[in-house]
Amino acid sequence: MTQEKNPAFVRFQGIEKRYGKVVAVKKMDLEIPEGALVTLLGPSGCGKTTLLRMLAGLETPTGGDIFIKGKRINDTPIHKRNLGMIFQNYALFPHKSIFDNVAFGLKYRAVPKSEIKDKVEKALETVRLPGVGNRNPSQLSGGQQQRIALARAIVIEPDVLLMDEPLSALDENLREDMRREIDNLQAELGVTTIFVTHDQREALSMSDKVVVMKDGLVQQEGTPEEVYNNSANHFVADFLGHSNFLSAVVEEKHNDVLKVRLDDKSSCLVSPVGNFEKGDKAEIVIRAQKMKLGYQDEHSPEEDMNFFHGTIVDRSYMGGEVSYFVELPGKQVLHVINFVKRSPYRRGDDVYVKVDPFHCRLLQS
Amino acid sequence: MKEKTWKPWLLLSPSLAAVFLLLVVPVCFVIVYSFWLRAPSGQDIPAFQMGNYAKFFADFFYPSILLKTLRVALETVFFCLIMGYIPAYFFYKTESRFKPYLMVLVMLPFWISFIIRTLSWINILGDSGLINHLLMNMGIIKSPLAMLYNEGAVIMGLLQYLLPFMIMNIYVSLDGIDKSLVEAAKSLGCTEWQAFREVTLPLSLPGVSAGCLLVFVLTCGTYLPPMILGGPGNGMIANLIFKRVIGTLDWPFGSAISTILLLLLILIVYTYNRYLGINQIFKSMSNS
Repeated sequence: MTQEKNPAFVRFQGIEKRYGKVVAVKKMDLEIPEGALVTLLGPSGCGKTTLLRMLAGLETPTGGDIFIKGKRINDTPIHKRNLGMIFQNYALFPHKSIFDNVAFGLKYRAVPKSEIKDKVEKALETVRLPGVGNRNPSQLSGGQQQRIALARAIVIEPDVLLMDEPLSALDENLREDMRREIDNLQAELGVTTIFVTHDQREALSMSDKVVVMKDGLVQQEGTPEEVYNNSANHFVADFLGHSNFLSAVVEEKHNDVLKVRLDDKSSCLVSPVGNFEKGDKAEIVIRAQKMKLGYQDEHSPEEDMNFFHGTIVDRSYMGGEVSYFVELPGKQVLHVINFVKRSPYRRGDDVYVKVDPFHCRLLQS
Repeated sequence: MKEKTWKPWLLLSPSLAAVFLLLVVPVCFVIVYSFWLRAPSGQDIPAFQMGNYAKFFADFFYPSILLKTLRVALETVFFCLIMGYIPAYFFYKTESRFKPYLMVLVMLPFWISFIIRTLSWINILGDSGLINHLLMNMGIIKSPLAMLYNEGAVIMGLLQYLLPFMIMNIYVSLDGIDKSLVEAAKSLGCTEWQAFREVTLPLSLPGVSAGCLLVFVLTCGTYLPPMILGGPGNGMIANLIFKRVIGTLDWPFGSAISTILLLLLILIVYTYNRYLGINQIFKSMSNS
């Protein structure tokens, strides 16, 4: 297609939702590009579901506007919005056959009967469940039911596909499969999709764009790599993956690295996010996976920048990798995740922790 | 695991004993009595003969009362359904914090004696009752409207007794409906009313069917509203039994009528179960 994709296919402008004194969404602006899969990620109560429901027409905003394809839809009733909605509990009609479930939206769009049949069959093939039309929803497994819900939503060719934690009712392995399936299907159909989740792995693995939310506000939006590697603040860094936070004071400025002093007076080289001046108080973020462990007696003392000595106080074995908790002399505990090489370190082992300055991000505290 | 099978029965035993002693045994007495002979002297003579049943079907008088009872029961079910669904739907829909109190209001009549509640309708519908008094004072009517001692008054009295049963049955069924089903229907293009017809109404039918059956059976066995609010011609089958047993002390004939009513109701419940599924009732009860 040569047609230019609309970067603001869906646009929220100063959108706000209050429930009495509680503000669920605070004057938010957000643009969803055409054809993209965008996840709204955040802990429960961050306003992500409320935002989605306002777009769907299931909640009325108390302020601001919503646009789809440049058209303001605040006053458009839900049944005229042409959106496909997927619910956490599948929400299949239990008293209707699978065929009637999928055909439901077409019936209300006055599609001729013969066409309905073709479209439903095609939709069932798309979700890889052909020939189940005569069965009842209760005869299908959870994963199959969610695929039928997907078929029911895409068969009406919606402008936007809205998914409200669609995978959280499935068990771990199935969730992984469904995640890939939704991702592939979305890429194949090219339908603009908004996916609400509290699961960072879902968000990082399938999105074109992740919107991290907290307390009704956007904390950061960007590609999965951007929000993971260049987390904009403490909350985002903490919410995505396992991060260690160390407070520090800026000591020396170089071109793209800073030398900072930690609480225990040791120094550390870091790469900053944003502008820092000498004497600024800041916070270092280090991903648990980015640190390397070694036995203390194997460590050559000449390179003691970004080196920490410590003792393993706890560990948990996770198959391919091991999660270690290393206590530093200043009683601070670092969380380090390393692949298992020879034999894993044991509780009580004296180790050093080494980290590249590039992986020490400095955030304003 | 085998040795533990007696445990549920042990837990059930008080209720089972009560049902057996207070319900099954008396019903057996009634059935046995229905075959006895009543001597002209008024004495009940143990016997096994079908005379009492033959007497019931001898002419159209007794069966017509039975048929009238069934008709009144159907009418009561009809009005109860319409007047019960609306408040039940309201309870399902409302997010008011007064909802629990409103639901207590539905149950409140159970705290007042059934007889008092029925009698109080005389003060409302009677010739010098509230409604006639108000209408005459306002000059809308000159002479009191005859609202009491007819079938309408009987059905009114039944409605105030049975509505809570209907409302609660329908409400429990509605409450078990996942609200996202309605949202899904709307997102697929249904208006509010279409979503109600497509989703809410069909999924509430188990409660409707349970409520209807309960109201029907309870109406068939009722005798207070017809006795207090009905006219001379408004007696129902239970009033007939009452008159035979208490009035003329004709236990064998009264027992025969009771047995006929019992068999008829068993037949109706059985048929209803065959086509509508009585386990739906339990399903709707356990959904909440």
